[in-house]
Amino acid sequence: MKEELIVSGKHLPDIYPVLHLWHWEISLYLFLGGLAGGILFFAAYFYITGKEKEMPTTVKWATIIAPLALAIGLSSLLYDLHHKLYFWRLFTTVRFTSPMSWGAWTLMIIFPLSLIWIGTYMKEMFPNWNWKFKFLNDFEALAIKYRLSIAWLMMALSIILAVYTGILLSAFNARPLWNTSILGPLFLVSGFSTGLAAIMWLSNDEHERKVLSRIDIFFILTELFLIVHLFMGFMAGTAVKLEAFHLFMGGAFTISFWVFVVLLGLIFPVTLEILELKGFHIPKWVPPLLILFGGLMFRFVMVDAGQITRFLY
Amino acid sequence: MRYAMAIDTKKCVGCADCVVACQTENNVPHGYCRDWIVENVEGTYPSLDMKFQSERCNHCENAPCVRCCPTGASHIAEGGIVLVTHDDCIGCGACVEACPYDARYMHPEGYVDKCTFCIQRVDKGENPACVDVCPTYCLHFGDLDDPNSNVSKALKDRSWYVLAPEAGTEPQLYFLR
Repeated sequence: MKEELIVSGKHLPDIYPVLHLWHWEISLYLFLGGLAGGILFFAAYFYITGKEKEMPTTVKWATIIAPLALAIGLSSLLYDLHHKLYFWRLFTTVRFTSPMSWGAWTLMIIFPLSLIWIGTYMKEMFPNWNWKFKFLNDFEALAIKYRLSIAWLMMALSIILAVYTGILLSAFNARPLWNTSILGPLFLVSGFSTGLAAIMWLSNDEHERKVLSRIDIFFILTELFLIVHLFMGFMAGTAVKLEAFHLFMGGAFTISFWVFVVLLGLIFPVTLEILELKGFHIPKWVPPLLILFGGLMFRFVMVDAGQITRFLY
Repeated sequence: MRYAMAIDTKKCVGCADCVVACQTENNVPHGYCRDWIVENVEGTYPSLDMKFQSERCNHCENAPCVRCCPTGASHIAEGGIVLVTHDDCIGCGACVEACPYDARYMHPEGYVDKCTFCIQRVDKGENPACVDVCPTYCLHFGDLDDPNSNVSKALKDRSWYVLAPEAGTEPQLYFLR
């Protein structure tokens, strides 16, 4: 019998710990990016479908969160950069093969776009609002005139924003846990669901919350479906995929994933949402809080666990 | 031109001279290294088999680190050498995550650093520092397109393997067995 006794890896005590390079900054950003993407998508969607009056929180009020979330997320990304003063290098080139480059450019457009969107509603939300300068008033009039075009652009970009938070990870073939094409759709669905949760938390309108809740139920069920597929893919995969699978099945991330993400972050809130639609009284902050918590945990788990998995050679 | 390196695992004794030579030649900050030794012991006592491998960046032809770099700091230079332009690097770490060989590290000054095949020496027609210093002559460097280069001659009549070919990176470090 020939068995492997010792396989000493690299003797790099100073490099190995450093390789675990991405920490809370990245997880937080991926969460906030998806959240902002979700909020802006539904604002644009309900505007385009002509439900502006029916869904005031979705189209107007909740969008204020989006640029705030992006600002916090981008600050945390900047904080994570090791060569901070060189961050502008992102915008001196376009790299089609790099999801990070796609994301940087998307953010470059969607961030000001979300501010313009809010700007067009400032006078409706705050009747005493005064832009002070004439050029701002002129700009507002122009933006309101083209609000429909802005909505279409914002809808497209919000999808790219939310998908890219997943593709950013799935593009790394060296990390088997991430390297699955289902991660893009999964992060998209999860991001949109957290966006819906945030809007639902803000909204006081019974009808609006019901509409959002129905959509959210669909998104959470889709997310659960995609998670099952993710793990089916790992189970049918090669040794490195199985290693990734075992991190979640008895490994270090079992509890944090299945209890905090799936049970508390998805199954429990979706059950509450269904019960609420059936007429039970559920405090309105409970399902959104759980969904937001689950979404954040999901990104922490994926970013952390992915960096452990690697090629075996 | 296609620079590559052949590492004779039968001759390597794991002395780590290559590691120290690299650190000296390239001013690698204390505690870090661009190349390293992997030691494998296989078998059941008393029938044991030991193998040393001197490893470094594989200077992949299909380099995932170059593909994912958002600024183009990671690039493939002439001769297929994968390099990082320090002043273009924002230190995002994407390439570190993308490398199946874990060959990159974050330099304390904020940019990502890695083996350059000692391009400053290679440009002058010299060997990388690790190759020149190796006491057992187990490292062979040169141009694969030149049949008379050291690496071509080393690969000619020996069987070899590359690391993680399943990663699809087309690595240019050849290990002689």
